[in-house]
Amino acid sequence: MIRFDKVVKRFGDNVVLRELDFQVRPGEHVCLIGPSGSGKTTILRLLMTLERVDSGTIDVGGECLTHMQHRGKRVPADEKHLRTVRKRIGMVFQQFNLFPNMKVLQNLTEAPVRVLGLSRDQAEQRALELLEMVGLRDRADAHPSQLSGGQQQRVAIARALAMHPDVLLLDEVTSALDPELVADVLNVLKDIAKTTDITMLIVTHEMGFAQDVADRVLMFDQGRVVEQAAPGKLFTDPDQQRTRDFLRAVLERR
Amino acid sequence: MFGDVPGFLRTILEGASTTLAVTAGGIVFATVMSFVAGLAMLAPARSVRAVSRIYVEVWRGTSEIVQLFWIFLALPILVGIQLVPLWAGILVIGLNGGAYGAEIVRGAVQAVPRAQREGAVALNLSPFDRMRRVVLPQALVDMVPPFNNLFIQLLKGSALVSLVFLQDLTFQAQAVVLPTNTDQALTILTLLLLVYLALSIVITAAMRFLERWAAALVGRQPSTRSREVALSGGAA
Ligand SMILES: Nc1ncnc2c1ncn2[C@@H]1O[C@H](COP(=O)(O)OP(=O)(O)OP(=O)(O)O)[C@@H](O)[C@H]1O
Ligand SMILES: [Mg+2]
Repeated sequence: MIRFDKVVKRFGDNVVLRELDFQVRPGEHVCLIGPSGSGKTTILRLLMTLERVDSGTIDVGGECLTHMQHRGKRVPADEKHLRTVRKRIGMVFQQFNLFPNMKVLQNLTEAPVRVLGLSRDQAEQRALELLEMVGLRDRADAHPSQLSGGQQQRVAIARALAMHPDVLLLDEVTSALDPELVADVLNVLKDIAKTTDITMLIVTHEMGFAQDVADRVLMFDQGRVVEQAAPGKLFTDPDQQRTRDFLRAVLERR
Repeated sequence: MFGDVPGFLRTILEGASTTLAVTAGGIVFATVMSFVAGLAMLAPARSVRAVSRIYVEVWRGTSEIVQLFWIFLALPILVGIQLVPLWAGILVIGLNGGAYGAEIVRGAVQAVPRAQREGAVALNLSPFDRMRRVVLPQALVDMVPPFNNLFIQLLKGSALVSLVFLQDLTFQAQAVVLPTNTDQALTILTLLLLVYLALSIVITAAMRFLERWAAALVGRQPSTRSREVALSGGAA
């Protein structure tokens, strides 16, 4: 479903991804872990087309995300091409990024109406179902600012799902939350992982959660995959010293 | 010792309709130009940005009086159009205000957090919808206080049209009342000041209302900072 092929990304002199290769199968749930600055967020932002690769290619669902054909030549993707590939991808951000100028319900209906061409009634019906699923149906008329962080994040998850993505990108979606609000959000995500066939790419420091939902965990350091394995193996018996050091550091932090 | 205050006032106020027409027309036109030029300054195409930048620099960097005479006198020579003085006044005040307003719009749009645009990209909204549905509504709140300042400046600047013989408040005071009552200059000019003050208070009240509406739109109180900016009259 997702394929990174020799992807290089730099910011100035700082080379963040060095010829990164990895693949994710359809329906697979992959967790990305690694030290701060190792490029996890950059990977998700590249997939969401919020950043551009410096070289290499990214494919999603057999379509090239980074390039397109123009008069028989391969050229960097333009906005029109990006919009067709983006249809498949949804993202949930660390800081929720709900639109404060819209009520909760409208946050969920805006894009389905304008992008997918749903009628307002259809979009609202679907939005209410999704709000029901994240336990917030009664807050449809609230302003985002009236919700707790955990509630805002659940709305943001519902908003991403309203676009029917094949791939859902989750970037440390609980790390801006007070500890007592984390569980509700993680439960919603576990539910999605269990009941849908959406491919999930998850950056998280919640190792228990990763253990629960991940089919595979990728350990990153300095823009490369250091090690990858099923969570049971990687968390208990990693092959690499760097993975061991990182896991110990994460455990000590809590 | 104050002379015929009601009589003075009545005569001055005969210019009110002209001042109001020039100011209101100028405000509408300046607002349109502000959005057109302000958004153009953020356009992807370099040429569009350049045209907008030239407009802003030229109109901001030259004297308003000269602009007025230029429109009034040069246009007929250059393109053979003689504008009615009222329209010439509105045109100059609008174009001039738009040059300042463009920076207000550009600044407020750029101040919307990048995360909001990215949220809109992640939902695959078109560039147009991102601007219209997400960015602009949020930018609006921050635009209102500086636009309030601008509109009050336009009101005061409208006095310029008396120079092309439009009979506005200033013209009435200076060219009609004053010459026959030269010993009452202080009273007459004080009255004129008070009339402008009253009009600017009306503008501020309207803008306050607008600001509260825009703030409610994004679910927040108007910030105390923006209120201070509005009151201090600091340039945006
Ligand atoms: N827009 C940017 N401009 C310049 N440098 C950037 C930018 N975005 C990221 N970087 C740099 O790229 C590197 C990788 O950043 P990234 O955010 O992907 O790391 P991360 O693995 O998500 O870290 P964290 O766990 O702290 O979120 C960092 O060194 C960061 O400073
Ligand atoms: Mg990150």
